[in-house]
Amino acid sequence: MLSAVKALTPRSRSILKSPARNRSRWCVPSVDQVMAEERAAAFARRSVKTSAKLEGLKLVVSMMDLTTLEGSDTPGKIAFLCRKAMQPLDPRYQVPSCAAVCVYPNLVRIAKKFLEHSSVKVASVAAAFPAGLMPTKLKLREVRGAVRDGADEIDMVINRASFLAGEYERVFDEIAATREACGAAHLKVILETGELQTYDNVRLASEIAIRAGADFIKTSTGKISPAATMPVTLVMLETIRDYFYETGSRIGMKPAGGIRTAKEALAYLVMVKETLGDDWLTPALFRFGASTLLNDVLMQLVKLVDANYQSADYFSLP
Amino acid sequence: MPRRKPSTSRLAIVDRNGEADGRPIAKKDRTLDFGERWSYAPAPEASNYIKLHDRYQLFINGRFVAPKSGSYFDSINPATEEKLAEISSANEKDIDLAVKAARRAYKNVWSKMPGRERGKYLFRIARLIQEKARELAVLETMDGGKTIKESRDIDLPLVAAHFFYYAGWADKLEYAFPGRKARPLGVAGQIIPWNFPLLMAAWKLAPALACGNTCVLKPAETTSITALHLAEIFQEAGLPDGVVNIVTGAGETGGGIVNHRDIDKIAFTGSTEVGKRIASAVAGTKKKLTLELGGKAANIIFEDASIDQAVEGIIAGIYFNQGHVCCAGSRLFVQESVFANVIRKLRDRISTLRVGDPLDKNTDIGAINSRAQLEKICELVDSGLKQGAQLVQSRAHLPAKGYWYPPSFFTGVTASHRIAQEEIFGPVLSVMTFRTPEEAIARANNTPYGLSAGVWSDKGSKIFKIVNQLRAGVVWANTYNKFDPSSPFGGYKESGFGREGGRHGLLPYLTLS
Repeated sequence: MLSAVKALTPRSRSILKSPARNRSRWCVPSVDQVMAEERAAAFARRSVKTSAKLEGLKLVVSMMDLTTLEGSDTPGKIAFLCRKAMQPLDPRYQVPSCAAVCVYPNLVRIAKKFLEHSSVKVASVAAAFPAGLMPTKLKLREVRGAVRDGADEIDMVINRASFLAGEYERVFDEIAATREACGAAHLKVILETGELQTYDNVRLASEIAIRAGADFIKTSTGKISPAATMPVTLVMLETIRDYFYETGSRIGMKPAGGIRTAKEALAYLVMVKETLGDDWLTPALFRFGASTLLNDVLMQLVKLVDANYQSADYFSLP
Repeated sequence: MPRRKPSTSRLAIVDRNGEADGRPIAKKDRTLDFGERWSYAPAPEASNYIKLHDRYQLFINGRFVAPKSGSYFDSINPATEEKLAEISSANEKDIDLAVKAARRAYKNVWSKMPGRERGKYLFRIARLIQEKARELAVLETMDGGKTIKESRDIDLPLVAAHFFYYAGWADKLEYAFPGRKARPLGVAGQIIPWNFPLLMAAWKLAPALACGNTCVLKPAETTSITALHLAEIFQEAGLPDGVVNIVTGAGETGGGIVNHRDIDKIAFTGSTEVGKRIASAVAGTKKKLTLELGGKAANIIFEDASIDQAVEGIIAGIYFNQGHVCCAGSRLFVQESVFANVIRKLRDRISTLRVGDPLDKNTDIGAINSRAQLEKICELVDSGLKQGAQLVQSRAHLPAKGYWYPPSFFTGVTASHRIAQEEIFGPVLSVMTFRTPEEAIARANNTPYGLSAGVWSDKGSKIFKIVNQLRAGVVWANTYNKFDPSSPFGGYKESGFGREGGRHGLLPYLTLS
């Protein structure tokens, strides 16, 4: 293919390499904004009550990547987070542990120490989180370091600047390289949909990330508003569905940021259930990236079991 | 660790060997499993506070009166087959009383009243409907079998919106048709169907009243109850006696209205068969007529459409209200290049539709309105199978009692199949293919009906080109079954004539000079 391009005149070569052609080579379906938003809103109107709610809330906890990504994070803070992730609530409520904790690379080793003998995984953001603007070489070094320190999962950000400039192959190559650098660790690719803005862009970025080797695709860093939204997540789930139809591989999904209440989380579960079905209703293929969400979920859960609300002071802070 | 150059695999698909456990998933097994790993608990809408009367009388001259006929018939809840109440069967004497009351109210009160005063009554009615919306929605669901989700979120808000909208026109008729004087017609006889009982009542009553006419309304015999609760709202709103009269009964009652000598206008929504009979009965009389009849709408999906959203449009088009929709997108035309993809997605999508108790807030498909309608659906599906089409049906579990039909679609349908020609009026879709835009237009127009159509394409210029060649009263682009009181609705050919909704909706109830 490349040698064929070399044989052409400079003009036709530039046409072949132009971003427009580049985009059309990624033959991705378009997304209709109005209908996508309408569909996403319909999931939130499902009524999830009593036993379904209790079961759903426990599932949400088990899918949670309990996250702290502040400049002020210290080993002390990580201790709080890890303990909370391992045992979110008094054992009599039979609440599962969270799926993972998500921290900056420099704290992976600390987190790993706390979580070594638990089922909770350590996820690390990487690849110059949150902007993704460092040279690829440095990003890969950061990823390898985090994996070496014990990270089970790597949450990388894509280079949105490259994406919006139409350099899709560069985005693709960077993800593919990170995939290699991850080794056995799982790779989640953060699209930062708040910066991509259109659903067509979200669809294309999802497609690139999946084909370049993502195990999960993830909406946001949590540093940009809007973060995860229902329609954006729906568009990503639809990409996952099409990829499954085509190849038989199941890619995971992680909405992150902006999901703060149990009610919203249940609406996401409804969306997964009715878009991808039962196979995706597992922490292996669906995660929530959140921090404040956990205690709201626990509060609703306790209310269902004990039939009365407790104030926030009865729920330990992560 | 050795430094490696970033992969330049470009468009290569990363080999994942299918599943995490290493076993690739064979092509035939790549199906989504919409099972019960996490299932919704029952979420029934409360209905214990609803006060149903044992017997519903006729509403004539502002009062509820026993029918002169002395006869009553049962109204059944189609989801349980239980009797809800007894409904009066109006005979010719009752109809005559209703028309006389309407005539008196027209002469003495309503036609003389300034438009802004009429408007006040309509605004009051609209507000009362909003106040009682939940109760009316539950009643609508119990009486007709439609899901509470739809009666609550679609029917009732639209009912109130229609009264609000036409209330606004009542004092602006002279601006609606500049330079011309608009006068009411007199007494309107209005016969409505069972698929949207309250909404059709609103479509008929609101513009007629806004224009200064008085009405004799006949709801469908299987869904009379909510119209009579609407009558209670008219009483509460202080609407002058006789301005709206409601007579209940079956086809003969409707015939009595059509043939009554002192009615100035007939408005009918229902089947094409009955519409034709009405048209011939009214021919040669002074009566004005509007008909909103059946349909066999084409929903056209081009290869450049947003497929996932178009599939939602198919669902909204045919499974909305159990397919009991005259403008349902019952003929689906899919461009051949995307046919397999659309069908796979549609097959998965219908297995997520929840069929069952219409009062459950999570139900997507409610009960079929009546046994007769269920039999008609079954008969047409049988004909489709006999004529060699392939049926795809959701495996939804159907309740033991009540009238139900699972969401279904036929592939392998051609224009010569009965299921491609006749209105099924149920949750059954006929899927056909086309190759070029010209073929799509020709096939879409190849029907005696012409009520509605849908077009799905990401290309705006194509949409404009196509919609202008479709002979249908309403054409939706990249959406389906969207209604608004300000938007006119009506058909071509055997789908009837006259428009309801919008400024156009005033015309059938006025004479202009």
